[in-house]
Amino acid sequence: MFQETPLIQKKNRQQTIARTIFMIMAVLAIIPLITIFIYLFYKGSPALSWEFVSEFPRRRMTEGGIFPAILGTFYMVALSLIIATPIGVLAAVYLNEYAGNNWFTRIVNLAVVNLAGVPSIVHALFGLGTFVMFMNGPCLLAASLTLAIMTLPVIIASTKQALEAVPMSFREASWNLGASKWQTIRTLVLPNSFSGILTGIILQVSRAAGETAPIMFTGALYFRKQLPDSIFDQSMALSMHLYTVATQGSQIPEKIQFGTAIVLLGLVLIINAASISLRVYFRSRKKW
Amino acid sequence: MDNSSPTPTQDSPAQSDSIALETRDLSLWYGDFQALFNVTVEIKHGIITGLIGPSGCGKTTLLRCFNRVNERYGYVTTTGEMRVLDKNIYDEDVNILELRKSVGMVFQRPNPLPISIYDNVIFGMRVHADKGQYKKADYDEAVEVALKEVFLWDDVKDMLKKKATGLQLEQQQKLCIARLLPLKPKVILMDEPCSALDAEGTEAIEDLMSNLRGKYTMVIVTHNMAQARRASDECLFMLMGKLIEHGDTSQLFLNPKEKDTENYVEGRYG
Repeated sequence: MFQETPLIQKKNRQQTIARTIFMIMAVLAIIPLITIFIYLFYKGSPALSWEFVSEFPRRRMTEGGIFPAILGTFYMVALSLIIATPIGVLAAVYLNEYAGNNWFTRIVNLAVVNLAGVPSIVHALFGLGTFVMFMNGPCLLAASLTLAIMTLPVIIASTKQALEAVPMSFREASWNLGASKWQTIRTLVLPNSFSGILTGIILQVSRAAGETAPIMFTGALYFRKQLPDSIFDQSMALSMHLYTVATQGSQIPEKIQFGTAIVLLGLVLIINAASISLRVYFRSRKKW
Repeated sequence: MDNSSPTPTQDSPAQSDSIALETRDLSLWYGDFQALFNVTVEIKHGIITGLIGPSGCGKTTLLRCFNRVNERYGYVTTTGEMRVLDKNIYDEDVNILELRKSVGMVFQRPNPLPISIYDNVIFGMRVHADKGQYKKADYDEAVEVALKEVFLWDDVKDMLKKKATGLQLEQQQKLCIARLLPLKPKVILMDEPCSALDAEGTEAIEDLMSNLRGKYTMVIVTHNMAQARRASDECLFMLMGKLIEHGDTSQLFLNPKEKDTENYVEGRYG
């Protein structure tokens, strides 16, 4: 009794094959990532130093650091968030908590989903055609506005998701005690979706920091001797700088290109790690 | 459990002829589907009224009419009249937030808010208070009174700052009843309040209902016929969106007037 039959052996063989295929695919998926990391560090680590991140480029970018580019990226991303976050979060609250299921909401929702899929170069052209024209030339503000337009639909979508994750029973309980919608949103919905909203926003930070296309026509430039004085100045930016040192000029040492890439990648990774730990921290605090 | 209080059917101290809830020719549609057909009923103040009937008979729908919570569930249209404390709640001057303050609701699944036990109890007070209307002492007192009324005070008095979602289901359901009380409601609607609880929890909830009896008008929807028999003074039997019979619980169970009621209470369908 209970012996292996030929049918069982066949089942076991199929099972082994299936598992092996799935495992190979899982390994394949992480190989490029690991390779990129190793390659970057191998080529770029000689460039890394405090001077590299704190100094201006010198001698037509063949020496020196990338400080203006780091600062420029910081400005652009921060400004774009300041613009996109309130609009995105408040719009999502309206769509999820107040708006009824009518044609208007359906159109807005459809637009949000589709806007999130628009290629960044299209956003760039839009930014060029509107903000840059309006402000008489590319500048930090125009670049930030373009980035904001690009991140806005994703912020709306992720915020909506975070709001939807708050159980309906909380709202029902609150409404049935005679709380208004706004009281319910303020005391229950927002506190309990805060971590999700924050995570969605932070992930957009890393996306905005990494994009080149939306800023290259609207506010980023190859090289500038000064830091920007105001939001109506142009500025260098990391992703733009990487594009420049990698494609323009043959005298630029390889280590500078790869060093820039490491800094950009490092920034994005740090931001993502921060987002994940925030999420873990807030999740551990809520119980339901 | 404290079972010394007399069973409702023998003695009705609070029973008066004043009517707390009243419907006249109430019909209700979800879209094209008619869920209630010309329901006319008067529910007396201060007693426990059971709402029984097979699934889909409209008892929960009727319950939800009493605080107009139905309006949130899609395309609902209503005709007829719906009076709470002799006020038509579909009148234009009725504010829905004020109505819900007077007509509280307890749900099938205990739904404490993800805040502390203390904050749960005073949640209703807070949302209805003006800035600075209550002092901390007012809140403290309200919490103690409400929790004592639902027999929860002794269990939780040392952990009022703990999250309510960590309580046992039975305690959660008691808390959900307790948080209605600081608002001084007139009516408490209960939608199968014990269906998520075990026998012990059910008994505890029924105990506390009989403790609240007289002070509040309670309407309880239940699938559990034994519970309707134990815990209610009067019963409404509904079938296919129609009110079939309304009477004293003992009379309705022992000498039902209608054939449908008889078949249902004897378990021939449902």
